[in-house]
Amino acid sequence: MVMISRRNLSDSISKIIFFMSGVFSLIVVLCIFIFLVKESFPVYQDISIYDFILSAKWNPDGWSGEYYGILSLVWGTLFVTIITLIISIPLGVLTAVFLAEIAPEKVQMIFKPAIELLAGIPSVVLGFFGIVLLGPFIAKIFGLSNGLNVLNGSILLSIMVLPTIISMSEDAIIAVPKSYRDASLAMGATKLETIIKVVLPAASSGIIASIMLGMGRAIGETMAVLMACGNAPALTKSIFDSVRTLTATIAIEMGEVAFDTTHYYALFHLGLFLFIISFFINNVAQYFINKGIRHEHV
Amino acid sequence: MSTFRHKLIENSIYGLLYFCFALIILFLVIISFYIFKNSAGTLSLSFIFEYPRNGMTEGGIFPIIIGTCFVTIISAIFAIPIGISGAIYLNEYAKKSFFTNIIRLSIRNLAAVPSIVYGLFGLAIFVKTLNLGTCVLSAGLTLGLLTLPTIITASEEALKNVPAAYREGALALGLTKWQVLRTNVIPVAVPGIITGIILSISRALGETAPILFTGAAFYIPHLSLNVLDQFMALPYHLYIMSTQHHDISGVRGIAYSTAAILILITLILNIIASTIRYRYRNAFK
Repeated sequence: MVMISRRNLSDSISKIIFFMSGVFSLIVVLCIFIFLVKESFPVYQDISIYDFILSAKWNPDGWSGEYYGILSLVWGTLFVTIITLIISIPLGVLTAVFLAEIAPEKVQMIFKPAIELLAGIPSVVLGFFGIVLLGPFIAKIFGLSNGLNVLNGSILLSIMVLPTIISMSEDAIIAVPKSYRDASLAMGATKLETIIKVVLPAASSGIIASIMLGMGRAIGETMAVLMACGNAPALTKSIFDSVRTLTATIAIEMGEVAFDTTHYYALFHLGLFLFIISFFINNVAQYFINKGIRHEHV
Repeated sequence: MSTFRHKLIENSIYGLLYFCFALIILFLVIISFYIFKNSAGTLSLSFIFEYPRNGMTEGGIFPIIIGTCFVTIISAIFAIPIGISGAIYLNEYAKKSFFTNIIRLSIRNLAAVPSIVYGLFGLAIFVKTLNLGTCVLSAGLTLGLLTLPTIITASEEALKNVPAAYREGALALGLTKWQVLRTNVIPVAVPGIITGIILSISRALGETAPILFTGAAFYIPHLSLNVLDQFMALPYHLYIMSTQHHDISGVRGIAYSTAAILILITLILNIIASTIRYRYRNAFK
C-alpha cells in the first residue's frame, strides 16, 4: 500500500515538473515582450512618436541637443537585409536544387556537415573576417578608402543566412512526391524542365519559408554587421557607403547608458521593434511551412 | 539544332549549380585557412595557458578561456534540465490542444528572437530588476534562455524517435508513466539529446551580443570563480581586440589566434555532435 502511494506520488510530481518546464517557454516569451514594452514606452514622455519614427537624425549625445530619429537605422537594417537576400536567395536555392536533385550521394555526405559547420561559426569570427580580409579586398577592388560598408556586411550575412536557406529549401525539394517527377518525365520533359516547371513550384512554400527565416536572421544579426558595416547612420543608397543597423546601435550604445534615461528607453524601443519584426516574420514563415505540409498530403 | 540549344542551356544551368556549390565550399576553406595562417606566429600552448600582459598586447588568453567555460557551464546548468523536461512534456504528456499549440508557437518564436534582444532582456530582468548586477550569473542565465529552444527541439526530436513499442511494453507491465520514461524512454533518447546539447553549447560559447551588457568585461586582472563577478569571454575578447583596443594593429596576432581558437572549439564540438548522430542514426531501424 505504501509502495503504491509512493509510486503515484513520484508520478504526479514528475508530471508537474514536466508541465512547468513546458510552460516555461511561453512565460519567457511573454516576459521578453512585457519587459521590452515596460523599458521602452517611457521614451514617449520625452519624444513624440512622430519625431521618433519619421526623423532620420539619431544623435543621442550631441552638443546641440539629443535626437532620436530611427529612420536612418531602420534603413540601415533594411538595406543590408535586401542586399543579403539578393546574394543569398539565388545562391541558396540553386545550391539546394543541386544537392537535392543532381549531386551524387558522396557530395552530399561532405556538404551536409560542411554547411552545418558554416552555420556554427560564431558571428564575431565572421565580423573579424570582414575587417581583416573582406574589407581590404573590397576597398582594393572598387578603389575605396575603406571597405567597411553595406556590401561587406551583406556578404557576411549571406554566409550566415545560406545554411538556413539551403537546408530548409533542400528539405522542401526532397519532400516533393516522386510521382510528380515521374509524371513529368513520362510526358517527355527533360530533367531540367521537370525541376523548373514541376519540382520548384511544388516546393515553393518551403522555399519561401526558408527565405523568410533567413531574412529574420539577417535582420536580427548583430556582431557581423556591427564589425563590418562601418556604423555611420546614413540614408545612403550606395552599397559602398557605411550604414548603421538597429542591432549595431543597441550593441554600441547600451553599454554606456544610465538606467531609465531617454536614451535607455529609446534603445529598448529599438529592441521592441526587432522583437516584433522577428515575431511577425517567423509566423509568416510558419504559415508557409504548414501550407507546404498540407500540399504534400494531397 | 533546337536539341543542341537545349543541351547548351541545360549544361550551362548545371554549370551554374556546380558553381554555387563550389563557392560555398570555397567560403569555408578561405575563412579557416586565412585565420589559421595568420595566427601561426602567436598561437601556441603558452598562448592558451598564459595570462594577458602589458595592457593585453602580449601574453595569452587563459582567463578568457576559463571565463567562457564558466559562463557556458552556468547557462548549461540552467537550460539543460528545463529544456529536456520541456521536451518530455511536449512529446509524452501534452495533448493536441490550443494550449499546446501556443507553447509550440512560443518555442519557435523564442528561437527567432535576435540575440541582441536577449541581451536587452537579460539586462532588464537579471541585471536591473533582480539586481544581480553585471556578472557571470546574469550572462549565463541570458545565454541559457537563448539556447533553451535548441535544446527543447533537439530533445523532442530524440524522444519522438523512440518507438512506441518501448513505452507500450513497459506500460503493459504495470509501470507508471514516470517509471516508463525513466527506464525505457529517456535512456534510449540520450544520444539524440546529447547531440542537441553539444550544438547548443557550441552556440552559447560563440555568442557575443547577449553578454555585451550582462557581464562580459574588457579586462580583469585576476581570475575569479565567483558567479557574481564580471568575466572575460572569447567572443567578446575577439570583438574588443579587433575594434576597441587602443593598439588594434599591434594586437592583430592575438585577435587571429583568438579567432582560431573559437573556430577550433566550434569545429571540435560539431565533429563530436555529428559523430554521435552518425553512430546512433540507425538505432531503431
